Amino acid sequence: MNDLRKIERDVTMNSTKITARDVNVHYGDTHAIKDVKVDIADRTVTAFIGPSGCGKSTFLRCLNRMNDTIDICRVEGTIELDGQDIYRKSIDPVQLRAQIGMVFQKPNPFPKSIYDNIAYGPRIHGLAKSKGELDEIVERALRRGAIWEEVKDRLNDPGTGLSGGQQQRLCIARAVATEPEVLLMDEPCSALDPIATAQVEELIEELRREYSVVIVTHSMQQAARVSQKTAFFHLGHLVEFNDTEQIFTNPTDSRTEAYITGRIG
Amino acid sequence: MIEKHIVTSFDHDLESIQASMMKLGGQVEEALANAAKALQTRDEELAQQVREGDRLIDDLDQSIKTDAARLLALRSPTAVDLRTVLSVMEISSNLERCGDYAKNIAKRSLAMAPAREINGSLSALRRMSRFVEAMIRDSLDAYIQRDVVKAQEIIERDVEADQIYNTLFRSLLTHMMEDHRNIAVGMHLHFIAKNIERVGDHATGIAEQTIYLVTGKLPEEDRPKQDRTSLELQESDV
Repeated sequence: MNDLRKIERDVTMNSTKITARDVNVHYGDTHAIKDVKVDIADRTVTAFIGPSGCGKSTFLRCLNRMNDTIDICRVEGTIELDGQDIYRKSIDPVQLRAQIGMVFQKPNPFPKSIYDNIAYGPRIHGLAKSKGELDEIVERALRRGAIWEEVKDRLNDPGTGLSGGQQQRLCIARAVATEPEVLLMDEPCSALDPIATAQVEELIEELRREYSVVIVTHSMQQAARVSQKTAFFHLGHLVEFNDTEQIFTNPTDSRTEAYITGRIG
Repeated sequence: MIEKHIVTSFDHDLESIQASMMKLGGQVEEALANAAKALQTRDEELAQQVREGDRLIDDLDQSIKTDAARLLALRSPTAVDLRTVLSVMEISSNLERCGDYAKNIAKRSLAMAPAREINGSLSALRRMSRFVEAMIRDSLDAYIQRDVVKAQEIIERDVEADQIYNTLFRSLLTHMMEDHRNIAVGMHLHFIAKNIERVGDHATGIAEQTIYLVTGKLPEEDRPKQDRTSLELQESDV
């Protein structure tokens, strides 16, 4: 008999969304990422885990060229989105970041109204032709962010007035407003309480239907709960990349085993 | 074991459930040995002691399950730690069943104490019992030593236990066919033999858990089966 829950986990393994090959990152003299090779699937949640300083956030930031903003940072190797090199000259990083959205550790709404927080991206990218169209985009994004019901009557209130969990869902809604293809999340729940965390995790499961989601998390339980694929980073190396279930029940590499069972820091 | 956990109390919890499991193994071995001895020497007092002792075995099994559940809930073990907890729970159940068999043997030995023996069968049963007790003991040793080779060897040893059972089965059947007065006692003896044979199966189950603990996979289902008595019965029917 087939296990339904297992099938639910296995729906994925769609086409590859992001391909990274021989990626090396240096911060000045520090070699932060060493020869990383990974394929990130579409409509799948991929978790990056590893101890602090292992390079998981650095690598995540390579995926939408956030490291461009750091002067001493040098990225080598190839990273392709749907077969297109994202580091080639003709790519506009701002446009790229609309395609590959990002949510950060601390909720960082703009000091504007809830409505304007969401409308900001679509406005600068010219996604709406009229006020009516923009209203629709805002509503759709807030619904996808699972926060519409809570804010629909106060869209003109400041986004900073929401609770931490609501702010984070607002930021996720803001990230999806520009119709991205990939969502990067850098410890999106570390500043949230367990209830808000559960709501964001539920939202991640929803988002997976439409996007490729990559999440960096320090909570191994969270990685186990939300992801289908897990990558373990250690000292700048991608040590092991496999099905989440495999990583947490029977990892191949002894370093992965030592980390997930709490034997190395 | 590999390196220690950063949280030392986690190591302590894991060691503690394994220690309880080994203690349970010791109690079960003793119960089996005493049941077989009581049967052969017709020692009713010892048989009674085995029957009553089963409660302690059940209690210890329960307490292992409780500790394992607590460990799962509080420490969320993964990988080898998760497999340790799961295998301890499984082995504890295996051992608890063996305890039940020892109790059954003791019960039957009380029932047939006044009856006459079918020649040689009691000492044959005791030999068989010693054989499976050793399987239990060795399977637990293999577990603690994380010794996959030894575990595999125990799985293969179960063939021999099945063969001993087959021989006994045939001999009891012959005696019952020769003289129907042997039937009552023959039935009791046969159930005892079957119980002992099942202990061998549980030892095999324990050995399989060792393989699971170390490799993350259970061995293929093609475990050697030598208990062919169900087929023989059909043959002797015709």
